[in-house]
Amino acid sequence: MTTAIRTDDLHVYFDKNHALKGVSMDIEMNRVTAVIGPSGCGKSTFIRCINRMNDLIPGCMVKGKVMVDGEDINDDEIDVVNVRRRIGMVFQKPNPFPKSIYENVAYGPRLHGVAEMADGRLRRRKHTKKDLDEIVEHSLKRAALWDEVKDRLDKSGTSLSGGQQQRLCIARTLAVNPEIILFDEPCSALDPIATAKIEDLLVDLKKDYTVVIVTHSMQQAARISDRTAFFYLGDLVEMGDTKQIFERPQKELTEQYITGRMG
Amino acid sequence: MMLNRKATEVAVFTMFRGCALLVVLALVVLLGYIVTGGLERLSIEFLTEMPRRANTQGGILPAIVGTFYLMLIVLGISVPIGVMSAVYLVEYEQSSWMGRVFKLAAYNLAGVPSIVYGLLGLGIFVAYLGLGFSLISAGLTLSIMTLPLMISSAREAIAAVPSTVREASYALGATKWQTIWHHVLPYALPGIFTGIILSVSRAAGETAPLMLTGVAMSLQRLPDSFFDSFMALPYHVFYMATQSSDLLATRPIQYATALVLLLLVLGMNLIAIVLRKRYRDKYRW
Amino acid sequence: MRKNKHLPPREKAIQLSLTLATWSSVVALAAVFGELLLGALPAFSSINIIDFFTGTVWNPAHPMYPLYGILPLFVGTLMVSFGAALIAIPVGLGCSIWLAELASPRVKAIFKPAIEILAGIPSVIFGFFALVILSEWIAVVFDPVTKLNALNGAIMLAVMMVPIMVTVAEDAMNAVPCSLREASLALGATRWETIRHVVVPASLSGVVAAIVLAFGRAVGETMTVLMATGNATALHFDLLRSVQTMTAAIAIDFGEVEFGSEHYHVLFLVGLVLFVITFIINFLAEWVTRRYREEY
Repeated sequence: MTTAIRTDDLHVYFDKNHALKGVSMDIEMNRVTAVIGPSGCGKSTFIRCINRMNDLIPGCMVKGKVMVDGEDINDDEIDVVNVRRRIGMVFQKPNPFPKSIYENVAYGPRLHGVAEMADGRLRRRKHTKKDLDEIVEHSLKRAALWDEVKDRLDKSGTSLSGGQQQRLCIARTLAVNPEIILFDEPCSALDPIATAKIEDLLVDLKKDYTVVIVTHSMQQAARISDRTAFFYLGDLVEMGDTKQIFERPQKELTEQYITGRMG
Repeated sequence: MMLNRKATEVAVFTMFRGCALLVVLALVVLLGYIVTGGLERLSIEFLTEMPRRANTQGGILPAIVGTFYLMLIVLGISVPIGVMSAVYLVEYEQSSWMGRVFKLAAYNLAGVPSIVYGLLGLGIFVAYLGLGFSLISAGLTLSIMTLPLMISSAREAIAAVPSTVREASYALGATKWQTIWHHVLPYALPGIFTGIILSVSRAAGETAPLMLTGVAMSLQRLPDSFFDSFMALPYHVFYMATQSSDLLATRPIQYATALVLLLLVLGMNLIAIVLRKRYRDKYRW
Repeated sequence: MRKNKHLPPREKAIQLSLTLATWSSVVALAAVFGELLLGALPAFSSINIIDFFTGTVWNPAHPMYPLYGILPLFVGTLMVSFGAALIAIPVGLGCSIWLAELASPRVKAIFKPAIEILAGIPSVIFGFFALVILSEWIAVVFDPVTKLNALNGAIMLAVMMVPIMVTVAEDAMNAVPCSLREASLALGATRWETIRHVVVPASLSGVVAAIVLAFGRAVGETMTVLMATGNATALHFDLLRSVQTMTAAIAIDFGEVEFGSEHYHVLFLVGLVLFVITFIINFLAEWVTRRYREEY
């Protein structure tokens, strides 16, 4: 199994609050890794380290290494904008732009241009309309939304239902062609049917991407993930194959959480 | 006991209602007098003719034109600087001490009396920079005066854009400026427009700074350039009401000029209020 | 917030220009203070500063013995501003409470725009009204020596102060959470008792800030008092006699003063005093807001 992300002694401080305490873990490529734990245990803080979204919070300090593809993306010298293109994020509450469905998906690719090999070097050029049309269609199809919206691509993204909006956000993320996609409780604002659709999508996505999902639902983690990490009060308590975590947890804390005995 | 408490409440609440009525009454009376007094002299000729016979006859065209030129200068200077400052203060500078310094500066600028701005204009623009008693001196002075208002309304509009939109954009690998240009500014634009209109209308109504930067009492021609002398509506009201050759006879002119100024400023305020309401309803986050 | 070191040159340039634009406020404030200081400095050497601050006669235009005592102007400003505050504070408070707690949405929809309109009227128009109409009414009611007096200015200023007060105070009262009111009513208090003992104390910092802010505006007002108060520079404490405020003195005298003369520089000194006073008042308003803000 190849490692997509490796964190090394990761600490996060919000002013005086020590939110993440020395987390070291490996996330495998092309697998779904679930991050579970009670409220406030640091799960969201953790995945926001991976695409440097914590940088946006004033007073936040991140120490430690986050190795992706042999590079420490937490390093000061790294181009964080490029990091965020390679590592996408889908948020808890669907947040499509108040633009058309087409524009929502096309926004990211337009910014970054097309990467192509020319004269043996990697170059970026601007998209043609045809390029963008293809990308939009492909992303919407991959996000299982194409059939529902193909006739109304010019309608506003906010006119869709909650579940559709979330799939639009996923399509938008897919359009920039990331390697890793982070999901921060993507279904907590959705109804059970919409949730089921997204869960199926996540399992499908792991064929081509590395998926990390934060969830407060243990059932969801058990259903769709290959590996599970259990956080408690800023510490990584235990990590392993999902089956093992849920059937034979090694740490007592894990067992208490799994069996619902944690208050 | 309960009756007593209830009675107190009724009495007090009636008093409060009375206060509100008093305020509305004051407004109605004020507007009423200006409107009825000014309608007599208000006409197309009044608005488009030059003054004659030492301002006792004719129109007030140069004053109207002067005020418009001043508004233009304020538009050109305080709007870009104000909006750019607001963008910087909301998007780039968060909680460091620099941010507090900027906030403090804007806050204090807002509290400076208008006549003190006149002194600033006189000392720096008229004298030191040698711009003389001209439109540009007055316009620059007014621009600095309206800067705090411009910054605070633009700030409000920009800060009202929900952070989820920014987060989504950043997460796609957009840079800060791309996020601001593509997402934040378009949605803050209506609010910024409202702020612009309110700021410019405020500038249009100011008198004191003009008095120290060279507003003229009577001109027979329109300004040639921004370095030319000028008349302005608010000063014309003041001048006619306190220093014109025949105070009683020119009373209708005084009223009419006041009415024109009132219509201009209130008209702009109305547009701003309507704009703000329309877009607040449209962009319900 | 963490800085991205890989900013493309365009982003860097944009950030630089935004920073420069923001510095303009600081530069402007420094310029105001600096200019006042520069303009006033020559006055320090040419006149007796003690006499300036304690002198009871302001007569700079005298050909032989110009007198630069600021007290008449200072007292004039105080009389007009305090007089206005005396009227505006109760009325403003009453309006704020009515608006925040009692008015129905339909009525609010009329009243709030009315307040905004009042706030938007240029001061010269208030001055004109006071000069031409209000003074006549005062003449009828009080039969004063002159109809353009401190009371005229005070009343007109009060009308101008109320919108400022109401806007800030109403915001402060609206910020008090409903749960506090409900708790009070659930204990059997009347609405007035709830307002008096819960809402107003909880929003006190905002209310006080509103008062101080409005007072600061009154002190700095020029055109209204210039046209309404008669501009006589004798020192007295009679509301029914004419006064001149510091602001009006600067505005009026500048029409006649000679560039670079002693009078010219003394006017800058008056401006400096005015600036310091309004600065302190604004500082107080900000301090009160910050210090006594209730954390909900």
